[in-house]
Amino acid sequence: MKVTLFIPCFVDACFPDVGISMVRILERLGHSVQCPEAVACCGQPAFNSGYWDEARRVADNALDHLRGTDAVVVASGSCGAMLKVFYPQLYDGRPRSAEAVELAGKVWEFSDFLVNRLGVTDLGARFPAKVTFHDGCHGLRELGIHAAPRQLLSHVRDLELVEMDEAATCCGFGGTFAAKFPMISTAMGEVKCASAAGTGADYVVSNDSSCLMHVQGLLDRQGSALKTIHLARILDSR
Amino acid sequence: MSTAAARFLDAAGSITRNLRHRGLIQTALRKYESARDRRKAAFHDWESARQAAAETKWEAINHLDEHLVSFADKLESRGTKVHWCGNGIEARDLIRTIIRDAGAKCVVKSKAMTAEEIHLNEALEKDGFEVVESDLGEFIVQLRKEPPYHIVFPAMHLTRDEISDLFEKELGSAPTREPEELTMIARRALRRKYVTADVGITGANFAIAETGMVSITENEGNARLTAALPRTMITLLGIEKVLPRMEDLALFLPMLATAGAGQAITGYNTLYSGPRQPGESDGPTEWHVVLLDNRRTELLADPEQRDALHCIRCGACLNVCPIFKNVGGHTYGTTYSGPVGSVITPHLRGLQDWKHLSGSSSLCGACTEACPVRIDLHHHLLQNRRNAASEKPSTLERLTWRLHAFLMNSPSLYHLAKECGRVFEPLRKATEGTVLDPVRSWTTTRTLPPVAPVSFKEWWRERR
Repeated sequence: MKVTLFIPCFVDACFPDVGISMVRILERLGHSVQCPEAVACCGQPAFNSGYWDEARRVADNALDHLRGTDAVVVASGSCGAMLKVFYPQLYDGRPRSAEAVELAGKVWEFSDFLVNRLGVTDLGARFPAKVTFHDGCHGLRELGIHAAPRQLLSHVRDLELVEMDEAATCCGFGGTFAAKFPMISTAMGEVKCASAAGTGADYVVSNDSSCLMHVQGLLDRQGSALKTIHLARILDSR
Repeated sequence: MSTAAARFLDAAGSITRNLRHRGLIQTALRKYESARDRRKAAFHDWESARQAAAETKWEAINHLDEHLVSFADKLESRGTKVHWCGNGIEARDLIRTIIRDAGAKCVVKSKAMTAEEIHLNEALEKDGFEVVESDLGEFIVQLRKEPPYHIVFPAMHLTRDEISDLFEKELGSAPTREPEELTMIARRALRRKYVTADVGITGANFAIAETGMVSITENEGNARLTAALPRTMITLLGIEKVLPRMEDLALFLPMLATAGAGQAITGYNTLYSGPRQPGESDGPTEWHVVLLDNRRTELLADPEQRDALHCIRCGACLNVCPIFKNVGGHTYGTTYSGPVGSVITPHLRGLQDWKHLSGSSSLCGACTEACPVRIDLHHHLLQNRRNAASEKPSTLERLTWRLHAFLMNSPSLYHLAKECGRVFEPLRKATEGTVLDPVRSWTTTRTLPPVAPVSFKEWWRERR
């Protein structure tokens, strides 16, 4: 299958290993992966701030470069939700509406793609650690992804998954929210970190690097031994 | 920034630093969540129940004109006086006149958020009437001269010790930590008032269009006493409280109890259909039903957010909201707090003054997931943000997003930005958290990952 990988800016710049693992996994499964260099952002920051005209400038570029492929796999539930759920709204009643709807139909978050499109749950991975899973809100509530990442983790050798009480509670990132309301965002993150630490896990795993960036940022300041890691990196471990 | 926004930021700052306060609220709401989940499991299918409730409220709100007329006609046919008030001032003036005409001095009130919305107590007290809140939680916050903390649990921010101290100071009671004893202290103070009050004011949970009845739901029996003992009864309700049929209560009463308080059904559920009828021996001789618009019709005119009028004020969205759980109810500075408050307050009180409430959300969607009548709450926050920006855009922010688009759409500039990030990383690190740090709103409490030595795209290009 011809798969276009959408690597959002923060994964590209700060967490390249996540994207690299995704390429390796998809290629190992026999798919042809392409990654358009001209796309860096989905436009969500401007969209969430209320500046939809400006968001469309970014989204137009994404529409231009994400054509002619069987599936667009997104390395973040949040950006995935933007492409799949919010693009049709952003272009509602506008000339490129049909294109936005067509793209939305091809968009998959990475773990959802593996399990529900490709039907793969065992990637032969091995990761000897105790982990707890954090559901990114956009992946969970906009895209309805809950079981897929857990199914994938359940097939990883030597890995123990322990659920935290607040698995489905927001980590407090929320994009520009984290910078505009840092005290609220931080307080929310503290609840998340405490819940994750309460499981005694070595790692907080998620399918969204943006949440993990926030949680790791807080854990670092707390001097916690708990670490964060993206699901794709676990699935790529041997 | 509006005054309301500045106050919000200030209050949010102080509550988020108050670990005791946050702990108190979070513990209480965790208990709520487990009780609610037990009750939800008693529904054959909670999701179908939500869908059915949403459809019933859709019908009610989209045919509001017909339902309201039917409701009023039925009430009037049994001798109830129905009043239509466009805004809070009209409603306050009307209620004041009714009380004055009744020759009343003391007014007893049962919990009504609509009365909070129009600041009824302050207005009546200014006129020299004694107003007594009969709901225990409302009574407590009234003694503290505070607005309710939560639309269902008005005093949830207080510990038993704090309530005991308050009663000791205000009512002269002996200190106690027992909830039963605290309730008895309030009851003794309140019972005297029921007997002497000339007017009782209640809110309403549902207005049944088909039969012209008001449904009031409560756990303490205080609303029944408020309605039954005084000669004159006043019921104040927003026009969105309508349900088309009596049988709709079969779904809405257990749903309200489950979503609102994790109960199977609320302790007391009463239907009122009119004042004392000929041959009846009790009940008020006069009943005034006051229907309040207060900009609800403007929300009704908005096809995108009209479903916000489905709200049954159960508080479920507050209870699951991680923002509410960390900033508390008073921080919002509104009658209706939490997600639904953030959605409707800009409509009820002005978009530009209250847009910060729609901004202060991570858009996690826990509220939408919890709402028993399926209001699309977190997406309405997004729409409020869009409406606020298109109505009155900030030049700086618009420019920022244009530059952002330009940067993101240009591979060479984007690459240059990453290079700059690498070059300036030592400088950024050295100034981290100081006024020179451009991202200090992040770095004050969190570390920021550096730009990787080889970015994904650089790796990709190299590989090819």
